[in-house]
Amino acid sequence: MNEQLDPIVAQALAQFAALDEPAQLEQAKARFLGKSGAITDLLKGLRDLPPDEKRAAGASINLAKERIEQGLNERREAIARARLEARLHEEALDVTLPGRRRGAGGIHPVIRTWQRVESIFRSIGFEVADGPEIESDWTNFTALNNPENHPARSMQDTFYVDAKDASGLPLLLRTHTSPMQVRHARTHTPPVKVIAPGRTYRVDSDATHSPMFHQVEGLWLDEQVSFADLKGVYTEFLHRFFETDALRVRFRPSFFPFTEPSAEIDMMFDSGPLKGRWLEISGAGQVHPTVIRNFGFDPERVIGFAFGSGLERLTMLRYGIGDLRLFFEGDLRFLSQFG
Amino acid sequence: MQFSEHWLRSMVDPDLTTEALSDLLTMSGLEVEACDPIAPPLDRVVVAAVLSVERHPGADKLAVCVVDAGEGVPRTIVCGAPNVRAGLRVPCALPGARLPGGIEIAVAKVRGVESSGMLCSARELALSDDHGGLLELGADAPIGEPFATWYELDDHRFLIKLTPNRADCLSVLGVAREVAALTGASLVPPPTTAVAAVHERRHPVRISDTACGRFTGRVITGVNPSAPTPEWMRRRLERAGQRPISALVDVTNYVMLELGRPLHVYDLDRLQGPIDVRMGRPGEKLELLNGQIIDLAPDLLCICDDRGPIGLAGIMGGESTKAGDATCNVFLESAFFAPEAIAGRARRLNFTSDASHRFERGVDFDNNLDGIERATRLILDICGGEPGPVDDLKSAVPVRAPIAMRPERARRVIGMPVSDADMMAIFERLGLQPRAGRDGVVHIVPPSYRFDLAIEEDLIEEVARVHGFDRIPAEPPRAPARMLAAPETQRSLHALRAHMADAGFQEVINFSFVDAAWERDFGAGGDAAIALLNPIANQLSTMRTTLMGGLVANLKFNLNRGATRARVFEVGRAFLRDASALDGPFAVAGVRQPQRIAAAACGPLDEELWGNTRRNVDFFDLKGDLEALCAPLVPRFTPAAHPALHPGRSARVELAGEVIGWVGELHPRWVQDYQLQLVPVLFELDAEPLQRLRFPVSAEVSKFPAVVRDVALLVDESIHAQDLLDALQIDRPASVSSLSLFDIYRGAGIPEGRKSLAFRVVMQDTQRTLTDVEADAVREWIVSILNQKFAAEAR
Repeated sequence: MNEQLDPIVAQALAQFAALDEPAQLEQAKARFLGKSGAITDLLKGLRDLPPDEKRAAGASINLAKERIEQGLNERREAIARARLEARLHEEALDVTLPGRRRGAGGIHPVIRTWQRVESIFRSIGFEVADGPEIESDWTNFTALNNPENHPARSMQDTFYVDAKDASGLPLLLRTHTSPMQVRHARTHTPPVKVIAPGRTYRVDSDATHSPMFHQVEGLWLDEQVSFADLKGVYTEFLHRFFETDALRVRFRPSFFPFTEPSAEIDMMFDSGPLKGRWLEISGAGQVHPTVIRNFGFDPERVIGFAFGSGLERLTMLRYGIGDLRLFFEGDLRFLSQFG
Repeated sequence: MQFSEHWLRSMVDPDLTTEALSDLLTMSGLEVEACDPIAPPLDRVVVAAVLSVERHPGADKLAVCVVDAGEGVPRTIVCGAPNVRAGLRVPCALPGARLPGGIEIAVAKVRGVESSGMLCSARELALSDDHGGLLELGADAPIGEPFATWYELDDHRFLIKLTPNRADCLSVLGVAREVAALTGASLVPPPTTAVAAVHERRHPVRISDTACGRFTGRVITGVNPSAPTPEWMRRRLERAGQRPISALVDVTNYVMLELGRPLHVYDLDRLQGPIDVRMGRPGEKLELLNGQIIDLAPDLLCICDDRGPIGLAGIMGGESTKAGDATCNVFLESAFFAPEAIAGRARRLNFTSDASHRFERGVDFDNNLDGIERATRLILDICGGEPGPVDDLKSAVPVRAPIAMRPERARRVIGMPVSDADMMAIFERLGLQPRAGRDGVVHIVPPSYRFDLAIEEDLIEEVARVHGFDRIPAEPPRAPARMLAAPETQRSLHALRAHMADAGFQEVINFSFVDAAWERDFGAGGDAAIALLNPIANQLSTMRTTLMGGLVANLKFNLNRGATRARVFEVGRAFLRDASALDGPFAVAGVRQPQRIAAAACGPLDEELWGNTRRNVDFFDLKGDLEALCAPLVPRFTPAAHPALHPGRSARVELAGEVIGWVGELHPRWVQDYQLQLVPVLFELDAEPLQRLRFPVSAEVSKFPAVVRDVALLVDESIHAQDLLDALQIDRPASVSSLSLFDIYRGAGIPEGRKSLAFRVVMQDTQRTLTDVEADAVREWIVSILNQKFAAEAR
């Protein structure tokens, strides 16, 4: 029997191997396993055999049938695999072509600094305040212990607008972010712990001054917030902002009507192009008792510090920008570097 | 405040280098802005005496001089200066010297005569531009001494940036007092010994207004007004930034710089009648020393005589009584004027003077006599003359109230345990004569020269300052760790910025004040724009009511520099006059100052890239950006005209019934006027409404499949899609979960003047699957509503 079967199996496997089309493969299958296929014919011939041979012959035929079916399946899979390969090959892309996109936008470098300053101070529990840019004389000056005609007023050249407050004084463009601390403090109770970033204005325009610029104001009032705390907070801020401990910070006495003791804060990098130069970075001090009173608090109980820094200055030092005017020209070639 | 180091060291000479002295001043609050050497180093230039002068045998204009340079053996030097003569002492550059101009001195033959050095002019030493001849030194100049030493060229010019509170340091004595306090070095003030009167001539003075607190005066007769100012005084004045003028004026300037005591010299013979110090009267005029003629006012304190005002007290003298070349008898004024009577006046008159700068900050009211005696001595020494007695009138000098300082509070404010004893020592060194009271409280009566000490904090500042800011520790503060969290329904401006940046827009920052023309062209506020009273330039004269002008300018700027597409946005305030705006905790009456977010784009929608859309950005691109920015809030758009925008391509944007802004294409007129090569599309929205998000509410998700029906309808071109959608909101069946417009078609098969709009309605029920019959009924409802209201026909 096996002498008969082996050539059939070999023939079947050889035919399958020669075929690439699934339809032809199915036709070939019919030639062996179909109704009148070779194997089927042999199975039909079993009934003519004696019973003692029938069993052995049947087993042999079934084995041959299984071998053909297995060969058929293997070939089917091989064809499917080859087809998939071919399709994948055909569908291949040049994946190195640039992806489709609209083009990148970006955040303005000064705002980038603003956001970093916010997140640094938020991390130790400072709120962020906002306030009007056209301000009253009282909020911008008088509340901050800087009355009319005081020589300290000439420290800041003020833009006035064609509108008056209730007492007949012209409204002005805030000369610093400090009026925001006035407004915030007057609507909160101690502890007051807030920064107030925003636009500020002074009558000044040259290579190092812009008539509009940005400041960030910080204010922390409580019962035991000292000048030493100011030094601690601001020094750490500079280390975190510039992401280095390789800078020195010094506080030197100065004067502002709204703080006492008052300090100018200078910093010096230990390396880099600005290394070894003291750079003015902030004005600060313990909030003046008159100002605390104007906030509506009792200076005997409430003390604390305030500081004000220029956001453009911080940005220029951080990114090595040499010209202040670049910030306000809207030149996309410059601005897009900070996306 | 500018002065020379030598002058300062003549009063206090601590054992510190120039650099250390400069640091000390800066760190004590007297910020040294500049500290420069007076002259470059001059090695091998010495003081020499010209012993004899003979004509050069080979040149008429040259002289052969024998010069004693202090070396034992005289030198022969050829010199061409017109003023060379025997007996003169001059600076002499020896061989090997290198002069500032780069000239190197060597032994050389000049027309056959060996010359071993050079006698120098001021210009050759870079001291001034004077090259009229040799720099003549006084007869007392020591021969052989390095010229730089004798001429005090090893001096430095200190420029101090004084804060307005430290008027006491507007003099060399004031700075010296500070240095003495900081270093412990002893202070040697200049002599102010009284000069006895030699006659009884006086000039009468009346104080009619207490703004003049004190008036001290003295007559000096027989002065020589043209006597030369001595070299040493000229040198100090020049190094303090004062130009020498005449001996009498120079002496008053000198005493002002030295003692901080402004003085004025009148020509006694030009005074008509007694001096009266009173407020100005309307109609009165005065010609000042600077030639300015001013109208007087009742808040301007004047020095007057019988003719009327002759000087502006504490600010500037008048032309009519000034001491000049012919002056022979003078009247010296050493007065005190109250700071509040002087403050702001000079600025109002558009000038400033050394006197007003000092008086408005506060002048020592106890050194009037010192000043007048010092000036008398100097005038007598330089100009001669005979002094009369001093008249000293007082009306109301400031009363110094005692100040109490609690050391405990000082420690609390400073944050450092400075001991009581250290604080007392600091006050002692500052010359404040502290007195310890009960409970350790320190009592101080501020001296007459300190106008910055009035309250406890002023003394705490002195403690911190003199103790040294650098000795105060910088430690992280301790505070209760309270949590801060923004409300969940509040979106920050930074989040809006991040959205715009992600959508491909670059943030810009434009000035809040703009060209008035921008407001006229782009502003929708009518006369709401607020003008600046003192703009820095014409094109920055008006507070913006819209951010559009700036953004259009940004686009133009970049297109002009080669950009082919530009997308920008800005977050900032607009400013609108609004009578209904009230004062509030964060508001100023009469002005609305809303935060706005605005964007503008022009040029290709996408970057030019192999697979990108190649068309220019249009209205619907920007509208899409706007909708994405607002999401999850859903704004409504109403066709409306805006001065900046194309009337057929602009819409008012509303959110929850409130107008929040505009979107549109720039009006073709402005595209042309502003010479833009591409047409910008813009939007501008109030930011605040976008920051208010709703709190998410969870609803059941249906387990049953949704049923979808599409409906295409023909309507007139003029009908707006929004109106159709609005109509479908009324009596909307509960099963409708969404209803949207998804296609518009014009062209083949559609009659002229009509368009086909395709709507998709999605229906769903949470409890069961909807039947086809129910879905078709909704479809019919849509057709019938739109047919009734807009004559829409189903296709």
